[in-house]
Amino acid sequence: MNLKRIGSVAAVALAGALVLSSCAAETPGTTDPVDSGTPGLSGTLVGVGASAQGSAQEAWIAGFQTANEDVNINYSPDGSGAGRDAFRGGGAQFAGTDRAFNDAEIAEDAFGTCVPGTDIIELPAYISPIAIAFNLDGITSLNMSADTIASIFTGAITNWNDPAIAADNAGVTLPDLAIEPIYRADDSGTSENFTDYLASAAPSVWTYEPDGEWPIQVGTAAPQTSGVADALNGNVGTFGYLDASRAGSLGTVAVKVGNDFVPFSPEAAAAIVDASPFAEGRTEFDFAVDIDRDTAESGVYPVVLISYIVACVEYQNKSVVDLVKGYLSYVISEEGQTAAAANAGSAPISADFRAKAEAAIAAIK
Amino acid sequence: MTTTAGPAVKAPTKPISKQRVGDRVFSGSTLAAGSLILAVLAAVAAFLLIQGMPGIVADPETTSILRGQSFWEYVWPLVFGTLWAATIALVMAIPLAIGIALFISHYAPRALATVLGYIIDLLAAVPSVVFGLWGANVLAPASRTAYAWLEQHLGWIPLFAGPASGTGRSILTAGIVLAVMVLPIITAICREVFLQTPVLHEEAALALGATRWEMIRMSVLPFARAGIVSGAMLGLGRALGETMAVAMVLSASGVVTFNLISSNNPSTIAANIALSFPEAYGINVNVLIATGLILFAITLVVNSLARYIVNRRKEFSGAN
Repeated sequence: MNLKRIGSVAAVALAGALVLSSCAAETPGTTDPVDSGTPGLSGTLVGVGASAQGSAQEAWIAGFQTANEDVNINYSPDGSGAGRDAFRGGGAQFAGTDRAFNDAEIAEDAFGTCVPGTDIIELPAYISPIAIAFNLDGITSLNMSADTIASIFTGAITNWNDPAIAADNAGVTLPDLAIEPIYRADDSGTSENFTDYLASAAPSVWTYEPDGEWPIQVGTAAPQTSGVADALNGNVGTFGYLDASRAGSLGTVAVKVGNDFVPFSPEAAAAIVDASPFAEGRTEFDFAVDIDRDTAESGVYPVVLISYIVACVEYQNKSVVDLVKGYLSYVISEEGQTAAAANAGSAPISADFRAKAEAAIAAIK
Repeated sequence: MTTTAGPAVKAPTKPISKQRVGDRVFSGSTLAAGSLILAVLAAVAAFLLIQGMPGIVADPETTSILRGQSFWEYVWPLVFGTLWAATIALVMAIPLAIGIALFISHYAPRALATVLGYIIDLLAAVPSVVFGLWGANVLAPASRTAYAWLEQHLGWIPLFAGPASGTGRSILTAGIVLAVMVLPIITAICREVFLQTPVLHEEAALALGATRWEMIRMSVLPFARAGIVSGAMLGLGRALGETMAVAMVLSASGVVTFNLISSNNPSTIAANIALSFPEAYGINVNVLIATGLILFAITLVVNSLARYIVNRRKEFSGAN
């Protein structure tokens, strides 16, 4: 722990020095690496990837292009798999993906965009809480443990007045009503992250692997986030999971973490990233987070979707380097994260992680 | 006589041997239009074959979308769902369409018939996405209680075995939405065919003492049988290929079941492509295109079958 902290401090200091020197060389007088209005940036940047971070990317692109009028950034939300493929094939300068590249993919070292043999940067730049929502007359919040949530989705708990639900919700009058679980019909990062939560926080009940495609057939399948939201809003007794920004007036579940019940909030969602270790065996700037969904730390909300932005440390095409640096700096800046929060309801990254990300971006060449 | 007959004989042959520019342009452009449709069809078929083949022979272990099943195991529930949803839709739509068409052509006062005809045609102009929204957000929640009732009272029939869907997003709801969507096509064709019944046939029937219903049964329906079948087949074509409405309404989970009211339903090929394509990549795209090829083949078979039926029935329909 200590060693790690010293290492990261050293990395920040080193990177800071690098940033300062490189900035000084290019644009004298500009010392702020997060300055989105870097003069003289022009060109086109192509990104492909997860649709989950689509609306955040829209906000970032709008903000960055307003500050840099000659810059054109295209992000096509074709899906995580498409993004990873495009990045490997050299068709995209950066990728958005709902899961980090796994060790086998990195070992292949087949990143067409990057110089062979160099590292990649993976930034968990988009963190969004997943709300576990329900539609019950007069009830806006319920407490549930991971086991209870998993049992509802597996069909072991079928009625709202089940003792397992009632035990955690003293004082709430639960109706005698069948529970209709709602799950995503399409392959999605939300499902992948949610099943990951169930698998790690309720392993005895949820015996399926984390998967973008919902593994079982209990309840109603609905397409896309909006389909899930419609199914929940239109039917009393329903229970489902969806991007928290779309939970609206639905009742939501406060999830049991340790001995507390934590309702979803951007801060609690961002806190899980800080509470989780980075995946082991990764290179310096590969911030793949090993989300500790089973954490007992107080005040963190473990049901989050983390979407990564992947870039090269060393680009084959040197002309995009400044663009990538400028854009990613804006993405992780306070301004960029606030814009994404306003547009997509995401959780802004912590200052602690921003420092690490800045170091990584500064290293791009 | 001979001096006038000479040019008179020559005159008609002259315009044929020396075609006018307009004739040539016109026949040329119709030929181009005719061959263009063949070329487009051939291009689509070639695309499906070339892109779909790798999907059909894909290794189930390395293709994430197949989840260890072979391609045929993957596509079978989809084929079943496509045919099943279309069947449900047609079972509901055909009798209704014939009724509406008969009302417009033989029962309604002329003013009402015209208005009703317009309204039916208007239904055809509603985008399928709107039908999908209506089906998912209005029809499905509204049919929940009906499904619960069906499960409770008719649960011994396998069709209504349940458990009834808690959101109403069952294949019966999807079938109803599809029925509404194919209704205008079938109705329009039936109406036109009914109106073409020779008046002499109808009057003869009435003169023999038939009531209006008997007249319709004896002269209109037999005459229109081929037309009804071809109208139904056009409707079937739309029902088979309908994508958005089904994707939005149906709660699909890849099972094969005749159960109409539960939330576990087979998906349809078109809806499955629409839902899976956005996140598909690599060989998965080929698998989806291959399912499209299967749908293409099914539609082709269905249409040929319809052609065959229409041609066979023509002789007995009284149309000649």
